[in-house]
Amino acid sequence: METFEKIEDIEIRLLLEALYHRYHYDFRHYAMASIRRRLRQAKDNLGFATISAMQERVLHDPDMLPQMLRYLTVQVSEMFRDPSYFQAIRQAVIPHLRTYPSLKVWVAGCSTGEELYSLVILFREEGLEERTLFYATDINPEALHQAETGIYDAERVRQFSENYRQAGGKTSLSDYYHSQYNRCILDKSLRRNVVFSDHSLVTDQVFGEMHLISCRNVMIYFDRNLQDRAVGLFKESLSRQGFLGLGSKENLRFSTHAHAFRDFVRTEKIYQRNDS
Amino acid sequence: MTGVSRGAVIIGASAGALEALSVLLPPLPATFPLPIFVVVHVPSDQPSVLADIFDPKCKLHAIEAEDKEPIVPGVIYFAPPDYHMLLEDKQTIALSNEEAVLFSRPSIDVTLESAADVWGEQLIGIILTGANQDGARGLQAISAAGGMAIVQSPVGAYASAMPEAAIAACPQAQVMSLNDISTYLSSISG
Repeated sequence: METFEKIEDIEIRLLLEALYHRYHYDFRHYAMASIRRRLRQAKDNLGFATISAMQERVLHDPDMLPQMLRYLTVQVSEMFRDPSYFQAIRQAVIPHLRTYPSLKVWVAGCSTGEELYSLVILFREEGLEERTLFYATDINPEALHQAETGIYDAERVRQFSENYRQAGGKTSLSDYYHSQYNRCILDKSLRRNVVFSDHSLVTDQVFGEMHLISCRNVMIYFDRNLQDRAVGLFKESLSRQGFLGLGSKENLRFSTHAHAFRDFVRTEKIYQRNDS
Repeated sequence: MTGVSRGAVIIGASAGALEALSVLLPPLPATFPLPIFVVVHVPSDQPSVLADIFDPKCKLHAIEAEDKEPIVPGVIYFAPPDYHMLLEDKQTIALSNEEAVLFSRPSIDVTLESAADVWGEQLIGIILTGANQDGARGLQAISAAGGMAIVQSPVGAYASAMPEAAIAACPQAQVMSLNDISTYLSSISG
């Protein structure tokens, strides 16, 4: 048993190395427990006998890469997920942002775009959309493409609408989409001020000065060292006293950059860069 | 008890969890030497009150786990609502947003399986009352890794489906009454 487990861990490390050297996707510092679980799922669902057999295939067959990425990146989100977070952005962060003539917002690890559109709608309702440039970045091209189309399964809309209402939405979510067959198509005007881009928190650098960075439930898949790199990148990317929003069970307490931030809305994991 | 030094306790419970945990957790002595991870099926859209309920009742400290929370012996960690709680290594908890498993997030199976990878034979896995099948697969993983598998006797359980499923998947598990599980846990010392 002991030997078997060690072999699997070796296979996982080799697969991650292969992905990095062949395709420059770097999952080598992702949290192991979750990677292990998802690679086991991929192995079983795709019908491979071993993880090394899967590695052999992905190394030689680029068509296999998108499938691999689907397993290695987690795409679970909702519009206005955790309504209290968006309420806190609206009530506590927006009044500060209002004082700037122009704004930059970065949704890091935007996946299929639900969080991005939630923020755009919120900024529109607060009258700040026109002066804001939104950057939506992710490493998964498929997810990024879906984010760019802004089309979601109609059966998810009931949950989105309920979240929107609880988040303090000012009208009805249906003002921002139309339904076609069983799809919900977001108004393309919501993308007017959005730049979609491929960006990796693992290997890429600072690309602009942000007033708000929202990165929710992305860094939970990183190990401690990689989390430190990403938080360092956010620190460098934020303007003076800029804001950083994390997922509800994430925490900067364990980060080497903890001192660079202060709690802004503690319960919602909204931090402000410390520039007294 | 078998000469293996124990590393951690994982408890999974669903319907009837509060009453069962109230039997198991408060009597544990302040010197209890292992970390305890508790996964209860809680609604995903509201804060869980489990840590707030048990912290004042227990001699051990009870908290809701956050991502990359360091693991300290003698602390009770509850899985937060709407996240899976995984064990990254013997020092660190990692949370995950992956799909619900058997309609559950947190999933007992996910925690048990990741714990089996980390602790192997040093692990004690306990499945309590509940009305679904979650935990059965994870308990089997613990047993396969050489760890100790314990199931609350379905006869005395508030909901018997979960213990029954665990016993079916892991026939080598020890089936005990809540009181016997409590006595066993209290007997563990460093």
